[in-house]
Amino acid sequence: MTQNLLEVTGLVKRFGGLVAVKDISLSVAPGEILGLIGPNGSGKSTVMKCIMGIVRPNAGSVRIGGVEVAGWPTHRIARQGVGIVFQHSHPLPRQTVLEHIEIALLPDSLLKLAADRHVAERARAIAARVGLDKVMHRLPRTLPFADLRRLELAKAIARNPEVVLVDEPFAGLTSGEVADFSALIASFRAEGHAVLLVDHNVKSVAALVDRVFAMYLGERIAAGSAAQVMSDPKVRQVYLGGGIEVAARPAKAAEGAAPLLSVDKLSVSYGKAQALEDVSLHVAPSEFVSVVGLNGAGKTTLFNAICQLVPSTGTVRFGGAALGGRTAAQVARGGLVQCPESRELFGDMSVRENLDLGGQHLSPAECARQLDWLFELFPILRERQGQAARTLSGGEQQMLAIARALMMQPKLLILDEPTLGLAPVILEQLSKALERLRLTTDITVLLGEQNVTFALPHADRVYVLEHARIVWEGSPARFAAEAGAAYL
Amino acid sequence: MLKSRNFWLAIIALIVLYLLPLGVSGYVLGLLTVAYYYAVAAMAWDLLFGFAGEVNFGPSFLVGLGAYTAAMLNHYAGTPIWLCLIAGAAAAVVGGVVLAVPALRLRGPYFGLVTLVAVLLLQNMIVLFSGLTGGEIGLDIPEVLSIDDHTNYWYALGFMTISGGLLWGLSKSSAGLILQASGQDATEAAALGFNVAKHKLAAFCISALFSGLAGGMLVFYLGTVSVGTVVDIAIGVQFIIAAVLGGRRTILGAAIGSIFLIVAGEILRPLGELSTFVVSAVALLVILFFPGGFLGALRPRGQG
Repeated sequence: MTQNLLEVTGLVKRFGGLVAVKDISLSVAPGEILGLIGPNGSGKSTVMKCIMGIVRPNAGSVRIGGVEVAGWPTHRIARQGVGIVFQHSHPLPRQTVLEHIEIALLPDSLLKLAADRHVAERARAIAARVGLDKVMHRLPRTLPFADLRRLELAKAIARNPEVVLVDEPFAGLTSGEVADFSALIASFRAEGHAVLLVDHNVKSVAALVDRVFAMYLGERIAAGSAAQVMSDPKVRQVYLGGGIEVAARPAKAAEGAAPLLSVDKLSVSYGKAQALEDVSLHVAPSEFVSVVGLNGAGKTTLFNAICQLVPSTGTVRFGGAALGGRTAAQVARGGLVQCPESRELFGDMSVRENLDLGGQHLSPAECARQLDWLFELFPILRERQGQAARTLSGGEQQMLAIARALMMQPKLLILDEPTLGLAPVILEQLSKALERLRLTTDITVLLGEQNVTFALPHADRVYVLEHARIVWEGSPARFAAEAGAAYL
Repeated sequence: MLKSRNFWLAIIALIVLYLLPLGVSGYVLGLLTVAYYYAVAAMAWDLLFGFAGEVNFGPSFLVGLGAYTAAMLNHYAGTPIWLCLIAGAAAAVVGGVVLAVPALRLRGPYFGLVTLVAVLLLQNMIVLFSGLTGGEIGLDIPEVLSIDDHTNYWYALGFMTISGGLLWGLSKSSAGLILQASGQDATEAAALGFNVAKHKLAAFCISALFSGLAGGMLVFYLGTVSVGTVVDIAIGVQFIIAAVLGGRRTILGAAIGSIFLIVAGEILRPLGELSTFVVSAVALLVILFFPGGFLGALRPRGQG
C-alpha cells in the first residue's frame, strides 16, 4: 500500500461554543484527487484551514508525508510541502504577473537581495504552463478574473507542493475556463501530487475527483465515489431535504395583478467577475417567493442590487415605481426591507435597542403594538430584551435580525440566507415563525436560500439561480423532479 | 519602467541638491538640512506602512528614542558623537522590537492606537523625569556636528542619500518583495512558505534603525533636544503626511514629501499662522485627489 501524502485523523476545531469540525478523518494518496464537499457552514473550509495551519485544530492529527504538522505555523506547513490555491487573490499593485510568480519562487531569507538567475526562467515556464505567458508583463489589476485565478494557481505550482489544496476551484469561471482549470488540476494528479478540492456540491467537481468526502454541520456524512456520494440518502437529505415538503397556497394574487416587485434584466459585475446576468423576476403582493441557489450563485448580489446597495444595470420596479437613482435608505423607508445574510446587528446594543432602532419612524403606540406582536412571534426575544445583541446565540441573532426588519413594517421583506450556520432545531423554530407570518399577515417575502429543505415549504413559487443566471422557475411541487438533480 | 524612471529622477534631483550650496544662502541650507533628516524618518516610516503594511502612528517614538539616547549620553557622559549615534540607533531598534510585538498580535486600528500611546508614554516620561531629560525646556548638547552651514548641509544630504539608497534598494530587493507580499496578505504569504513574523520584525528593526539615526543626527545639528522637535505627535504626523504626500510604497516619495512640506512652510511664512493651514490644505487635497501621492500622479495609469 502506498503511503498517504495527506493523512488527517480525528480533527476537531471549536470556535467558542461552536464545534465547526467534529472528529474528521480523511486521507489523500499520491496521484489522487479528493473532493471535500459540504454546504455553507459545514466546516469544509475549516478543515482546509486546519491542514494549512491558518487555524489551529483543537485536537487530532494532520500528517504530511508521515510528518505530524498539526499546530505548526502556516509557513512551516507550507515548507513541509503543502500549497493552497486561494479563491480570492490580493495581488501587489506594482508588480507584474511574472514578478508575482517570482516572489513565490524566492527562498524565505532576509538577506536575499537579488533573485537567482534561474528564478526568472522558472517563472516564465510556470506562466506558460498555466496559460499566462501572453500577459506576464502586465499588472494584475488589468487582468480578467480567470487570469487572476490562474495566477493563484501559478503561485501554488511554484512551490511544487506535494499536497495541493484548492478552494472552490471553479467559482466565477465560464465553462471554457472550467475545462482549462480541470486540465491544470488533473496535471497535479499526473505528477503524483495529492490534491484536495474544496467545493459546495458534488456536481461541479464530479468529473475531476477520484473520491468524494461529504460534510454537514462539521461531521462526515458520506464518502466514496462521486456517484456513490450523489446517491447517498444522507447527502440527498442535506441538499434536497428528505422528501421535500411543499405547501404552496392557492395563488393569492390573481394572474394579471400588478406585481409588487418586478426585476427586469438586472446585471451586476464586480470588477471583472459577472455576479448577476440578465436576471428577471417578479413577486406578487402577499406572495412568498424563494430564490434558491448555491453559495456564490449571486443571491446576495441580486438582493443588494434590488435594494440599490450595489450599482447595477436593468430596472427594478417596486409598487410600480422604478427604484433606480434612489438611495438604499429611501428604498428601505419605502417598504422594501432587507434582512441581510450577515445580519448586521448592532452588537453592543441590547436586543430592545436594536428593535427600537428598527421602529424609529413609528409612533410610540404603534411601536409598542409592533413590539408585542414580534415578541409573540419570537418569544425568546422578550426574555432577552436587556441582553447585548452580540451575546445571543446564532439562532437568536437571526430572529432578532428578522424582528428588527419587521419593526419597519415592510411591504416586502427580503430574507437572505436566514439559515446560515444554524442548527436543525433552530431551523424548525424559524420555520414556524415564517409559517405564522405567511398565514396571519399579508406581508410579501422574497427568501434567498441554499437550503432547499428550508426554502420550499415557505414558497409559493421558486426561482433557481445558478452562475449568476436564473435557470429555472416553477412551483415547489415541481422542483424536486425538474431542478433537484441539477442541485446536487 | 517605473523603476528606472524614478531612479533617474532621483539622480537628477540629487545632482541639483548637491549643487545647491553654490547658489543659495546659509539660511536656506539650514532649512534643507532639517528637511533631509525628516526625510530619512519619513522614508523609514514608508518601509513599515507601504511595505510591511503596518500603520505606525508613532514614528516620533522611534525618532525620539534615538534623539534622547544620543543627546543624554553626550550631555552626561561626554561620549563621542559617533558612539552616541550608534547608541541612539540601538535604543530605537529596541523600541522598534517593542512596537513589533503588539503589531504581530493586533489587527487593524488597535496596533495604530498602541503606537500612538507609545509616543504619549515617551513624552510623559521625558516630562516626568525632567531633572534628567530637561523636561519641556529641553536639554543642551555640548557637542555639535559642525557650526558651519555648508558642512551641516553635506552631512545631512549625505546621510539622506545613503539612507534613501539603502531603503530604496531594500524595498526593490527580493526580501523587500516578500515583505510587501506579507503586508498585502499575511495568510497568503505564509502559505507560500514565508515566515511573516520574521520579515515584519526585520522591517520594524530597519525602520527603527534609520529613524533613530535620523533623530540622533538631528539633535547634533540643532545642538539641543526637546519634546517639541523630536517626540511630539505633531512631528510624527509630519513624517506621515510627507510619506503619503510623496507617494506610498515608493520610499523616494517620502523624501520628496518632507522637502516639500518644509520648503512650502517657509515660502508661505509671510502668511503667519495661516501658512500651516495652507500647507495642510494642500496636503489634504493631494491625498484626496491623488491617493498615489506625487510619484503616483506621475505614473502613467495601467502600466508597470
